[in-house]
Parts: sequence; structure tokens; C-alpha cells
Amino acid sequence: MLHIVNKSSFERNSLKSCLNTIDDTSIILLIEDGVISAANNVNSYMLADLAADSRVFALQEDIDARGISSKVADNIKLVDYAGFVDLVVEQGTAVSWV
Amino acid sequence: MKISIQINEGPYQHQASDSAYQFTKAAIAKGHEIFRVFFYHDGVDNASRFTVPPQDDRHIVNKWAELGIKNADGSDVELVVCVAAALRRGMLDESEASKNGIDGNNIHPAFRISGLGQLIEAGIQSDRLVVFGD
Repeated sequence: MLHIVNKSSFERNSLKSCLNTIDDTSIILLIEDGVISAANNVNSYMLADLAADSRVFALQEDIDARGISSKVADNIKLVDYAGFVDLVVEQGTAVSWV
Repeated sequence: MKISIQINEGPYQHQASDSAYQFTKAAIAKGHEIFRVFFYHDGVDNASRFTVPPQDDRHIVNKWAELGIKNADGSDVELVVCVAAALRRGMLDESEASKNGIDGNNIHPAFRISGLGQLIEAGIQSDRLVVFGD
């Protein structure tokens, strides 16, 4: 399952809710302001654990637009919109935490 | 693969419509079929043919409209606007305008007004439904 988070954790609790809810095989894609959580100085141990397991992705275009491309945390994989489409196709049901 | 899109926010205020557009374009480029794009809640404002952004800004409504004309295998992308959400926000097509005795209409011809059943059908008929909102 693909969980799409589009809000910064400074603004909403959607990432936290998502992290507390998802099962062991689901992956997370950060888009829009959600990519702020991909910065290495925004600490979330749960997200880091998932990233170490190759289960966290972030949208490159939104990372670039927010000027944080040089501080993306270790193990978070960057995808473009084509990669976003591939994740939707590969991961089955897509849930947007809007 | 058949993919449908739901958009819950209007243009320019939120990124939802822009993200959805980029996603839809990428999906079409990859050869997937976009079964339907459903505009719900404030998302109905993406269908206003009266939208006039500054010249150096993207024209979101026209971008969606152009997408409706050319799709993956030549078939049209269905741009569907929720009727209840549209009417309460003053978004009407010709038929709804005359039905409600209002002397104008503002839905872009590339879009069509329909009911919530179309969203449910999109969910059933498509392999994936991706929601963009705020």
C-alpha cells in the first residue's frame, strides 16, 4: 500500500498518524509540504527507521521547490512524477493523508 | 493500467491541482489510461472558463482542458465536476443554468457536470484512485 503525505509535520499531524497506522509492508511518499519531513534536521526516528528499510520516498520537484535538496535525510529515495506514477502502480491502493 | 484522479481543492490557493496535473501528465506519458478526473469540493473551481491568471502564470484550467482533448490512446480524459459541489459554489453549465433560471454559465466546455456516482464508478472501474487535496 502507498501512503501519500502532503503536509509538513510542523503544520499537521498527518505524517505522525500515518506512521502510527501503517503496516510492515506499506511505503510512504512525501509530496508538497510533506517533503519538509525529509530534511535531515527534522527529526523523526520512526521515519528514519522506515527510510533505513527503503520504504520512504520524496518527490524531487517538491524538494527542489523548497530548497532542501542538499539536506535530504539518509536513505530517503527521491522520485520524479514518473516515479510517483510507478509507485502508485506497484504499491496497489494509494491512500492520501489529506 | 486504469487510473482515476480526485481533486478536492481549487487552483492557485493549494498545490493539489498542480500536483494532480503533473501526475496525470506523467501517467499518460507512461502509457497508462486516465479513466476519469473527478473535481470535488473546492476542486470544482478548476473548471471555471472565466479564469484569467496573469500572462506569466500557468493557466491551470486550460492545462486541464487541453489534457481533456488529447489522452494516451487518443481517448479523452474525462474531466467531471461534482454537481452539488459546483452548484453551491456558483459553478454552472448551460443546462444547470437554465434549469435554475440563472442567466449565465461558467463551466469550461472540456469539463462536464455529473453526480457523485461518477466518482464511485471511477473507483470501481479503475485499478487505482489517487486523491489530491489539502
